[in-house]
Amino acid sequence: MNKSQLIEALAKAENLPVKKAEEVVNTFFGDMEEALVKGERVEIRGLGSFKVKNYDGYTGRNPKTGEMINVAPKKLPFFKVGKELKERVDIEQ
Amino acid sequence: MTLTKASIISHVADDDMGRSKAAHVVESLLEIVKYSLQKGESVLVSGFGKFSVKGKNERRGRNPATGADLMLRGRRIVVFKTSTVLRDKINQG
Repeated sequence: MNKSQLIEALAKAENLPVKKAEEVVNTFFGDMEEALVKGERVEIRGLGSFKVKNYDGYTGRNPKTGEMINVAPKKLPFFKVGKELKERVDIEQ
Repeated sequence: MTLTKASIISHVADDDMGRSKAAHVVESLLEIVKYSLQKGESVLVSGFGKFSVKGKNERRGRNPATGADLMLRGRRIVVFKTSTVLRDKINQG
């Protein structure tokens, strides 16, 4: 499912104009994005939490050429799945 | 500061959508995302990231407290991959 399918599904489920559903979806993910860019934590009950982690730089190797390269330190969001979603996804099939 | 559902709901609410309706719509959006993942279907939000479900094989593990051997059953877990667009924004600051 992609973003436009998500918008359509929300519009249908809530009987909203597609334009309005799009605003809601954009606000939802836009707010999370803004918080993460500021380095803030995000916690959505039932879904999970996001936290920006700092990774140190290291010397790596280009696997193709074997050449040594320096990998710069970086920040990456880390997602921890919430209890409800974790349990719902892990049902025996 | 942690971003929570409550602040997103306040942001979603406006003149033609009151706070309780906004809360309902945000829950509905989350339910669509969770239901897709429960079915094993990925959710791709362009510019934000992709949530997908990955299967883990059964493996031998150990209880870290007692040191006892145990078998961990195969599981299904949710993984999140940050979009390169968001990743770059987080690393700009």
